[in-house]
Amino acid sequence: ECPGTDSAQAGRAAACQGCPNQGLCAAGAAGPDPAEAAELRARLRAVRHTVLVLSGKGGVGKSTFSALLAHGLAADETKQVALLDIDICGPSIPKMMGLEGEQVHQSGSGWSPVYVEENLGVMSVGFLLSSPDDAVIWRGPKKNGLIKQFLRDVDWGEVDYLIVDTPPGTSDEHLSIVQYLSATHIDGAVIVTTPQEVSLQDVRKEINFCRKVKLPIIGVVENMSGFVCPKCKNESQIFPPTTGGAEKMCQNLNVSLLGKVPLDPQIGKSCDRGQSFLAEAPESPATLSYRNIIQRIQEYCEQHHMQEEKTI
Amino acid sequence: LAERTNLAGVRHILLVLSGKGGVGKSTLSTELALALRDAGKRVGILDVDLCGPSIPRMLRVQDSAVHQCDSGWVPVFVGQDKAIALMSIGFLLERPDDAVVWRGPKKNALIKQFVTDVAWGDLDFLIVDTPPGTSDEHISTVEALRPYPLLGAILVTTPQ
Repeated sequence: ECPGTDSAQAGRAAACQGCPNQGLCAAGAAGPDPAEAAELRARLRAVRHTVLVLSGKGGVGKSTFSALLAHGLAADETKQVALLDIDICGPSIPKMMGLEGEQVHQSGSGWSPVYVEENLGVMSVGFLLSSPDDAVIWRGPKKNGLIKQFLRDVDWGEVDYLIVDTPPGTSDEHLSIVQYLSATHIDGAVIVTTPQEVSLQDVRKEINFCRKVKLPIIGVVENMSGFVCPKCKNESQIFPPTTGGAEKMCQNLNVSLLGKVPLDPQIGKSCDRGQSFLAEAPESPATLSYRNIIQRIQEYCEQHHMQEEKTI
Repeated sequence: LAERTNLAGVRHILLVLSGKGGVGKSTLSTELALALRDAGKRVGILDVDLCGPSIPRMLRVQDSAVHQCDSGWVPVFVGQDKAIALMSIGFLLERPDDAVVWRGPKKNALIKQFVTDVAWGDLDFLIVDTPPGTSDEHISTVEALRPYPLLGAILVTTPQ
C-alpha cells in the first residue's frame, strides 16, 4: 500500500518498488523543507478554516462553487473570507468575482489580496497577467513556485475561511497545495462533479487522491443536476446520471453527498458578469441548493474546530 | 529508428485543444474519429489526458489492455472492423479509479513515449486529445510532434 506521497517513507517503503512515482517521491520532491514549513505555518497561523475545492474533471463548476461559497460565507459580516485561485492556466475567479483588470499591490507585509467586500479578499494569477488573454504556459515546477508564493507572501491577515479553488486533474497544483498546507491545517475537500459517468470516473480518482494524501473529504456536490424549464416547469436531465450519478458514487465510496444543484442559465450569466448568483437570483432552486450546501460545509468546519478545541 | 517508423505511416495529425475543461474535447475527438472512420479513413486517437482519460469509456474499450511489440506499444483497436486505433493511459491503470498523481516531469516522459513509441501503422488521421490547460502535457506533446506532419489544432469551447 502506498505510504502517501508526503510521508517520510515516500519512495522508500517496500510498497514503492515498481511504482511509477517512486523516483520522484524518493528524490524528496515530497514536501517543503522544515524552514519553509515554518514560514508557511507562521503566515497561515491566523487562518481558522481551510477548504479545498477539487474535482478531477474540468468544467463541472469548481470555480463557480468556490466563488459562491466565498460569497455565502462572507454574507456574515463578522467573518473574514479569503479565496485563493490556484488554477494557473485557467484562472476563472477574477472574472467571476467581478475583479478583472485588478492588480495586486505589494506592501511591507506582503502581497495584498484584492478585496470584493471588506471581508472578502481574493488572490489569483489572473491578477498578475498584463492581459486576460495571456497564456500562462508553465511546466509544473514553476507553477508550484507560484503557489508557494501565494501561500507565503500574501498578507491574508486574520481569516475565518480560506477557500482554495483548484484546476482539474490530480497533478502538480494538487500535490503542492496539499503539501504546502500540511504546514498548517486543511479542514477538508469539497469535490464537485456533474451527474454523468464520464465525470464520475475522474471524480473517483480525485476521491482516491484525497485518501492517498490523507485529505478529509467534507463531501461531494453534484452540479448541473437536472434542469427545470421556467415555462412549462418540466424537469429534464441534461446530463443523465447513467450510472446513478453522484448519489450512487457517494454510497459506494462512503462519502457524503452535500447536495445537488440544478442547471440554471442565470448561473453562467452571473459568473460572466462577475456578480454573485445567490444575490442575483435569490428565488432560484439552485440558490436554495447552494445555500444548504454552504451551511453544511460551515457546520462541518465548526464541528471540526470544536473537536480540536476539546483535545487541546 | 523506432521513432521514424512509428509515425511515418501517419498522414495527418490533429490536436484537439481548449484551455477550458469540460467543453467537449474528448467528445469531439471521439465523434470526429468515428465520422472519419465512417468516411472510410484509418484513424488513430492518442489520449494524452493523463489525469482524466475519457476516450476509452467513450469508445467502450475501457476494459482493454495494451501490449508491447518490437516497435513499441500496440494500440487498442476499436470495433468489429478495428478501424480506430486508440492509445490512452486509461489502459495502463490497474484499477480504473486509480488516480495518476504525477508531477510534470513524469507526465512529460510518458507523453514522449506515447507519441513516439506507439506502433500506429498506416493512418490517415491521428487525433490527439488533450487535457484542459496550457501546461506540461501540451508543451511536451507539441514538442514531441514537431518533426511530424502536424495539420493543426481544433479549439473547442462553450458559449460563456
